[in-house]
Amino acid sequence: MKNERFELNKNLAQMLKGGVIMDVTTPEQAKIAEAAGACAVMALERIPADIRAAGGVSRMSDPKMIKGIQNAVTIPVMAKCRIGHFAEAQILQAIEIDYIDESEVLSPADDKYHIDKTAFRVPFVCGARDLGEALRRINEGAAMIRTKGEPGTGDVVQAVRHMRIMQSEIRRFGSMSADELYEAAKELAVPYDLAVYVHENKKLPVVNFAAGGVATPADAALMMQLGAEGVFVGSGIFKSGDPEKRAAAIVKAVTNYEDADMLAELSEDLGEAMVGINEHEIELIMEERGK
Amino acid sequence: MKIGILALQGAFAEHEKMLGGLGAETFEIRQKRDIETAFDGLIIPGGESTVQGKLLAELGLTDRIRSLIKSGLPVFGTCAGLLLLAKRIENDEHVYLGTMDITAVRNAYGRQLGSFSAVGRFGDLGEIPMTFIRAPYISGVGDGVEILSEVEGRIAAARQSNMLVTAFHPELNGSKAVHSMFLDMIKAS
Repeated sequence: MKNERFELNKNLAQMLKGGVIMDVTTPEQAKIAEAAGACAVMALERIPADIRAAGGVSRMSDPKMIKGIQNAVTIPVMAKCRIGHFAEAQILQAIEIDYIDESEVLSPADDKYHIDKTAFRVPFVCGARDLGEALRRINEGAAMIRTKGEPGTGDVVQAVRHMRIMQSEIRRFGSMSADELYEAAKELAVPYDLAVYVHENKKLPVVNFAAGGVATPADAALMMQLGAEGVFVGSGIFKSGDPEKRAAAIVKAVTNYEDADMLAELSEDLGEAMVGINEHEIELIMEERGK
Repeated sequence: MKIGILALQGAFAEHEKMLGGLGAETFEIRQKRDIETAFDGLIIPGGESTVQGKLLAELGLTDRIRSLIKSGLPVFGTCAGLLLLAKRIENDEHVYLGTMDITAVRNAYGRQLGSFSAVGRFGDLGEIPMTFIRAPYISGVGDGVEILSEVEGRIAAARQSNMLVTAFHPELNGSKAVHSMFLDMIKAS
């Protein structure tokens, strides 16, 4: 039964592929995102850029607020809990959330252990910077992976770094001999059977999205060309000048990510992009949370 | 035989793999220019119907694909594909391609916790595994629509002349039966 549930949860992520998952903080924003072509929304009280600005401890959103968004749209609704905070996850499961993001954007509740996600019936997505983190999260029961990027910065450099590392490690695993694979699994601290899966299939056992710092159609196309199977856009939409137009343009950019002519058209006249912060200008490095 | 797979959003790669395994040639449809040359069959995959429907319209594909289906192009829609082909959706004001005389209910089993797998009879192909992900079902069919499968009393698959739909995802599990049937439909057309 547990295995069947994991399969169904992995399958839902497969249905999200080629799509854009957007952060929303109100039912109105959720409706705008759905109308613009979001394949799912992430319900949260504050988008990462504001979490960053506000500082302090950041927690799971009010279930009432999340329910408001569930009632406003027909597409899947995701919500975040803190790393290791299985009680927050239990609450999100109780309100029948479609996906839980055990997220480094919120303040970690446990500095050692992630949630045992196999104990839940709802699916989890987790952030990863490299193949080791990804396979450890999958071993804990994650049914979907996303790059961590550096949330709320509008700077795509970390998401690019994480996706490149992941793809390069997958290629390395793909070309290993059997005896090398034992050692590689040990080095990355990942289970051998998952290492074998990557070796044989030359991909992760679950869907892999890009997240963190995606702010423009070009950013989304870049991540897709680097091997992402879809894109999360957090602060990039509702921190920009014309959220509706930008959201719709990013959706189209993810579908036609290799067509430069169309990308040029989509990138025109989108108004102001979110104000970005560069890597060296930030104090709080969220990607370091949860390894 | 060349089969176009609508690749705007969703699980299109899984269909490509399945058809590849059956020896059929496939190509992805992402924009208008992709359907300028003739092809023999069309697959509309699972995903979000709202996203695919919107992109179909905005990329200028809806009218062309609708007229191809009306003129007899064999088409197979899974899950969201079923919704795009339905003439009526009970709990959604949208009609997308609207070529098949069925009434569908969207997210009919609720949220992800309502997703399930089953084994059910499919036409005269016997029992096959079926995966339902936030699935729709068919609540009513018009004349000329053949019901191919019912699961827990709900219609889960149907066919009307050149159109085949399933509420479940045969592309997600090992059984090639439904895809083989679709290839037979193409050969017979």
